[in-house]
Formats: sequence, C-alpha cells, structure tokens
Amino acid sequence: MFGDQFRERILELNASDERGIQVVRDKIKSFAQLTVSSYKADGTKCPPFKLIILDEADSMTDAAQSALRRTMEKETKNTRFCLICNYVSRIIDPLTSRCTKFRFKPLGEEKIIERLEYICQQEDLKAEKCVLKAVNDAAGGDLRRAITCLQSVTRLKGKGIEVYLEDVIEVTGFVPRKWLDDLIQVCETKNYNEVEAYVDKFMLEGYSASQVVDQLNDILIFSNQLTDKQKAVIGEKLAECSYRLLEGGSEYVQFMDLCCGIITAFEIC
Amino acid sequence: MSLWVDKYRPKDLSKLDYHKDQAQRLKNMVQQGDFPHLLVYGPSGAGKKTRIMCLLKELYGNGVDRLRMDTMTFESASKRKFDISTISSNYHIEVNPSDAGIYDRTVVMDLVKTTAQTHQIDPTGQKEFKVVLLTNVDELTKDAQHALRRTMEKYVGTCRLILSTNSTSRVLPAIRSRCLGIRVPAPTIEEIKTILTKVAKKEGHDLPNELAERIATTSERNLRRALLMLETCRVEQIPYTPDQKVTEPDWQLYIKGIAALMVKEQSPSKLLELRSRFYELLTHRIPSDLIFKGMLQEINKKCDLQLKIQVANLAAEYEHRMHQGSKEIFHLEAFAAKFMSLYKKFMDASMADFM
Repeated sequence: MFGDQFRERILELNASDERGIQVVRDKIKSFAQLTVSSYKADGTKCPPFKLIILDEADSMTDAAQSALRRTMEKETKNTRFCLICNYVSRIIDPLTSRCTKFRFKPLGEEKIIERLEYICQQEDLKAEKCVLKAVNDAAGGDLRRAITCLQSVTRLKGKGIEVYLEDVIEVTGFVPRKWLDDLIQVCETKNYNEVEAYVDKFMLEGYSASQVVDQLNDILIFSNQLTDKQKAVIGEKLAECSYRLLEGGSEYVQFMDLCCGIITAFEIC
Repeated sequence: MSLWVDKYRPKDLSKLDYHKDQAQRLKNMVQQGDFPHLLVYGPSGAGKKTRIMCLLKELYGNGVDRLRMDTMTFESASKRKFDISTISSNYHIEVNPSDAGIYDRTVVMDLVKTTAQTHQIDPTGQKEFKVVLLTNVDELTKDAQHALRRTMEKYVGTCRLILSTNSTSRVLPAIRSRCLGIRVPAPTIEEIKTILTKVAKKEGHDLPNELAERIATTSERNLRRALLMLETCRVEQIPYTPDQKVTEPDWQLYIKGIAALMVKEQSPSKLLELRSRFYELLTHRIPSDLIFKGMLQEINKKCDLQLKIQVANLAAEYEHRMHQGSKEIFHLEAFAAKFMSLYKKFMDASMADFM
C-alpha cells in the first residue's frame, strides 16, 4: 500500500510495549496528528493516511481505550487504526462501534490437518492421519501450537522419521487416556484406599493435575455412563479443583479432594 | 568424601540407569546443535537435575563440571538490596529465584539480561548460546513468570532457559507453550532396587534383596531419599542384614505423631499441644503442603469412608486458604480443630446408634 514509505507511515504497538493511558495521550496522539501527502517521493499516488496497528488490543486498560476514542474520531482524515484482539468483548463499545469488524473463525480440523500434512511432506516426516488428528486435538485448534508440537517431536527424534502417537502425547504433556479411564474406574469402586494408591502412583508419574482436570472435563461431558446429576456434581468439583490449583494449591491434596468428589458422585445415582 | 548420592550420580547421558529412551532423544536433540527452551518436570528425586547436568555436559563437554559459587547482588525496584547465591560454570548459571521471595521478578529479569547480553567472541569453538538454569519455577510469583515470558522471547538468540519444576500446574500456560516439556517420572521400585544393589556393590557391601525392597518402598520412589537411606543404614550397621531397621525421616514420624494425637483425643487442651507441635515443624522449615499431605494420609488410615471424603474435602479447602493467606499456622490449626469436631460428632453419632 505504502511502498517504501512503509516505515514512516506505520506505528505498531503490541502488548510488550508500554501502552498505558500516558502513551495513548502522547505517542499515539502525536503520531496521529501528523499529516501526510497523497504522493510518494517519486510522484506516484499513495493513500493519504497513516496506519496505527494495536496488536493484542484486548490487554489495554479501559482507561487507555477510552483515551483513544477522541483521537480516533478527530484524526480520521489522515490516520486509520487497526486493532487486533482475541476477544472483541474486551474492547469497549465506543471503540467497536467506530471500527469495521472482521471476524477470523478458528481453522477447521481439515484445514489444520491439511497444513500439517504439507509441513510433514516438506520436512520429510511420516505421520499417520490419526496422529495428526491427535496433534490437532492437543493444540485445541491452534495452528501455531500444532506446528510447534510437530517441531518439538522432530527435535527430539531427529529428521526423516515417523511420528507416533506416543511421541505427540509425550511432547504435549497430555495424560494418556488409560490413566483417566483408570481414574474413573478406581473411583467407581468407592474404595478410598485404592483411590489413594492410585493418586500416589499418578503423582509419581509426573503428570500435572491441572492437565487431568482439563481432560477429565472433556471425557465427562461425552460420557454415557453417568447421569446428568452425577455429571453436575463432578463438574462443580472440577471447577473448584482447577481454581484452587491455579491459586497454588498442593497437587496431591487437591487431586485427592477431586477423587473424593467423584466418589460421592457415584454414590448418588 | 562425598555422599553416595553425588558420588554415583551419572555424569553422561548414555550412563543413565533408567528412562533410556528419553536419554536417547535428548542426545538426538543436542546433536542437532540447537535446542528450544526446556521445561523439565517430575516428582522430586526422579532425576531431573541429573538429566539436566548430563545434557549440559553433552552440549559443552567437560567444562561444565568446573563449578564455582557466587553471590550476586540485585536491587529491587524499591532500592532494596539482596543477595542470591548462584552456581555457575563458563557455560551455564544456576539459580533458585524463589530464594528472593517477592523480589524474584527482579532476579529473573536481571539475571537473564546480564547472561544474555554477553555474546561469545569465538562462536566456532563453542555453542553460541549460554544456558540459564532456573530451579523451583513453580514457586515463582505470577509476576515473575510474566516477566520471564518476555525475556524468553527477546534473548532467544544468546541464551536458553532450562526450567526445572515439580509440577506444571503452577507454571503459566504461556510459559509452558514456549518450552519443550520433558517429563521425568519417578523410577519404579524395581529400578531403585537395581541401583541400590549396584551402589552397594561398588562400595564393597552385599545388599540383601529384602532390605533393598524395604528401602525402595519407604523412599516412596524417591531415588535420592533411597540412596541417603542406604547410606544411613550403613552408618548404623554393616554388613547389611535383611531385617535391618530402615529409618524414616524425622519429620515424617513427627507428622504421624500429630495425626495420631488428633485421632486419639479431641479436646481444647490437645489442640494447644498440637499448636506447639505445628510450630516445631514450621520452625524447622518443613513446607506446609507436605504437612497437609502427611496429615491427610495418616488421618485417613484411621477413619471410615464417609469421614475420609469429608476430611479430604476439608484438607483441600484449608490448604487452598493457606496459600492465599500468609500465616500458615492459622490454617493448620483450623484444619486440626475442624477435624476434631467432625471426628467427635461422628463418633458420638455412631455411639448413639450403638446404644
């Protein structure tokens, strides 16, 4: 768009830069106030405005966003804003109403797998379709994470190899399905000692409890074995456990509590 | 004379006793000459540190064994100065940032910056990056972890981070996704037994199978603890006999004592006695989550199922509160008191049924 004037016409700020209200008032405002001509140095035409790109705009404070409102309106003549964010709901309304919105949908599973297949082909890797599917599941539809995961596997195993399911699980830190099935089975016996032994064993394997909480949630929702009421009880326990873990609770105690919660859920049917 | 734990620590990736596949993978990674930031996680005594040191040796050669201890002085934002001890070689620097308490953010930022800003003059002979090894990352404050993620990206050219932690639950997802995770599970009882026998043989002793088994079980699959126990046993009695006593760590016995007291009698005077015992543990710097874990395990050996669930529930609740608050003793006592009342009620109720 701007040709070689690219540098002087664009101001890009992302979350790592200071972006408080002060910066909006000084840096952004003064940049926005500059006027630019609609011709390049060699006389050819170019758009008569500058571009300010605010990456990860949802991490800006509300105060900083409100300070942007006026600038945005007043300088439309020679400045355009481009906000990039994950959650449009975190941008204050007055700003969203001033912009045209473009929504980027999450990439579909086929698209990601197609892309991963292309990378595998280029990098001389062999991978079954089901393995790539596992990569996608682990990444939760995030292409960047999927690619990093694939790269980590090759770093560990060397080039020109076949990627197996176990490698992917190892790299992503996923807890293998077997452990989770065991967990539910053990809790179903309603025998505290067995549950305790299981938790001990599980902790020693070095898997993270918060990962279990995430994965268990997915399994529970689609489980046919449990009634809705049981699911509700377990779901609540999961939420509580996850919150406490994030706050720094000890894994062992919290995980034990979670298991006890599941036992109680099995008792009501 | 060094402890057996250090004396028989494998120094080379190919000499590791277990998780050999993983060692091979690490070797592959190093041979490609470059590696991403690493996040090594696993329970304590599983061999995280051993693997990290082996990896560094594989990378840089024998130079990493020449270690020196330094104290670095940092200055916090509020102009407060504090010292942190570091262990470093020419190629890497090891630090436990949580030593600095709430000022860990400054340590993380300054340390990585100073290490990363010095480039290698002659990149032909060596790798072009240095390694910063941070231990106990799960104890870092959220603030420090956020600071880490920026520094990690910024200095990726001259410096690689190896983070070592017990659990990934307390590490920010943003950091986890920037590192290659390496899980180090605890060795199995069998593996510990083999190692114990091997070490005993090298020392010129004969280790009976039963004793090895017992040490391995009491150590809770913690290899470091197992080796220390083995050495303690030697001090007590040599040659080894199958029925020799295996000494458990003092604090564990102490926690067991506390739990026994709680179950035995429920009264305010006992609670007062418990208080002094909790203080005793805390003044010896026994981490409070270990106390909770020990109490939960011990108490529940003596309760009925219905009570067990409730106790676990309580423990989880008080343990969580403890992390939010600042005085540990309050929450430990609260748990003890609550348990006592619960237990007494339960006992009375079951007695009433009996009548």
